[in-house]
Amino acid sequence: MSEMFPLTLSNLSVRRRGKTVLGPIDLVIDQGGPMMVIGPNGSGKTTLLRVMHGIERISEGTATWAQSDQANHGYVFQSPVVLRRSVAENLSYPLQLINTPKPQIKTAVDHWIDRIGLTKVKDGSATRLSGGERQKLAIARALIRDPDVLFLDEPCSNLDGQSTREIEALLLATAAAGTRVIMATHDMGQARRLASGVLFVMGGRIIETGSAPDIFSAPKTAELKAFLKGDILI
Amino acid sequence: MNDIAQGLLAALHLIVTFDQELWEISLRSLQVSLTALIIASAIAMPFGTFLAVQRFKYRRLVISIINALMGLPPVVVGLIIYILLSRSGPFGVFGLLFTPWAMIIAQVVIITPIIASISHQAMRELWAEYHDLLISLNTSKWQRIKTLIWDGRRNLLTAGLAGFGRAIGEVGAIMIVGGNIDHATRVLTTAIALETGKGDFALALGLGFVLIGLALFVNMAIHWLSRTEREGRW
Repeated sequence: MSEMFPLTLSNLSVRRRGKTVLGPIDLVIDQGGPMMVIGPNGSGKTTLLRVMHGIERISEGTATWAQSDQANHGYVFQSPVVLRRSVAENLSYPLQLINTPKPQIKTAVDHWIDRIGLTKVKDGSATRLSGGERQKLAIARALIRDPDVLFLDEPCSNLDGQSTREIEALLLATAAAGTRVIMATHDMGQARRLASGVLFVMGGRIIETGSAPDIFSAPKTAELKAFLKGDILI
Repeated sequence: MNDIAQGLLAALHLIVTFDQELWEISLRSLQVSLTALIIASAIAMPFGTFLAVQRFKYRRLVISIINALMGLPPVVVGLIIYILLSRSGPFGVFGLLFTPWAMIIAQVVIITPIIASISHQAMRELWAEYHDLLISLNTSKWQRIKTLIWDGRRNLLTAGLAGFGRAIGEVGAIMIVGGNIDHATRVLTTAIALETGKGDFALALGLGFVLIGLALFVNMAIHWLSRTEREGRW
């Protein structure tokens, strides 16, 4: 049980060039199953994830973990970033940063390479991997430090069905192992397959939040009803 | 055309007869330029990377100055270093004037801005690619610089080769601070200038072809050693 929870966002806003792109938001996130952040394009899903992860400058308010010194979270970007190194070196990189002993690094790298099915190309350049392989590598790299929370920003957009299925299986296994998965997606099918909780974001505000069955079967707000119906929301 | 043919023949003759003076001059050229390259690279590559990673108040001004210094007139550099190293100058006590070290200093001054500028350009692009990932992994400034230098080593190699090309072909500054002294500070470029002045165009051209061959050899050797054009891991 991680002591870094809960994450509390208090009266939080993000402004860029005088325009509010997120907030004001008040939210408490505790441990639990996979949480899907849904909403139309440009609604603020990515900004919200970046704020939670601590890589977005907050204009107003606070985002605090219960124990920030123990904050251990990973982040996977929509377009996977791979280092210009071999697949194995991409995986060992986060552990090298925190001076993990070499035998431990080797064990962890071998485990994750096998788990994402890239053993055959472990010494090849990561830049030559396909989109799906890159994303799996990025997820494994984010998980190799055994984080308490894994943030993912639409990791399966632009991926084929097989890669999407593999990544979803990996995420469900990760959540089952105790890592809190918080993921932005605009794929409602994926949200239904993975979510235990849902955050609906629109216009930079959290419009509705709740458990997946409640959100998908009994949405309360007109905006969420329209979004789930497939309407174009502006 | 006749002069060029004679020059080629002279170059061939000097090489096949293992002309001792040619070897001495060529080795000194290599020694001076490679030493200057190593020193300049040690300064310019981390500095160029630092400029790509770090934001500070006068950063743009510093970048503009470095870019402008790429066009430093070598004769002026030579003159200033001559004044600084001459007996009445602030560094006269070291007795460096008319030694290979004076030539190395002049070449370092000339090629450092070139290597720094090209390194900065290359690292800026790599930093744009890596920025989010390295921030999300909570890397320190030094870890970021180390990562960029390692992963951008191919680009840095290009920067180094550009600096070497400029150094090995330099004549104005090293003529002033080295003095073109036989068996002491004579290098290929100053020897070419001397032979041209004496009207021995064939020998001057011969030395010129040797210089070109040397520059090509070093470039190819570095490319080969670093496997830049092979199916490598990086």
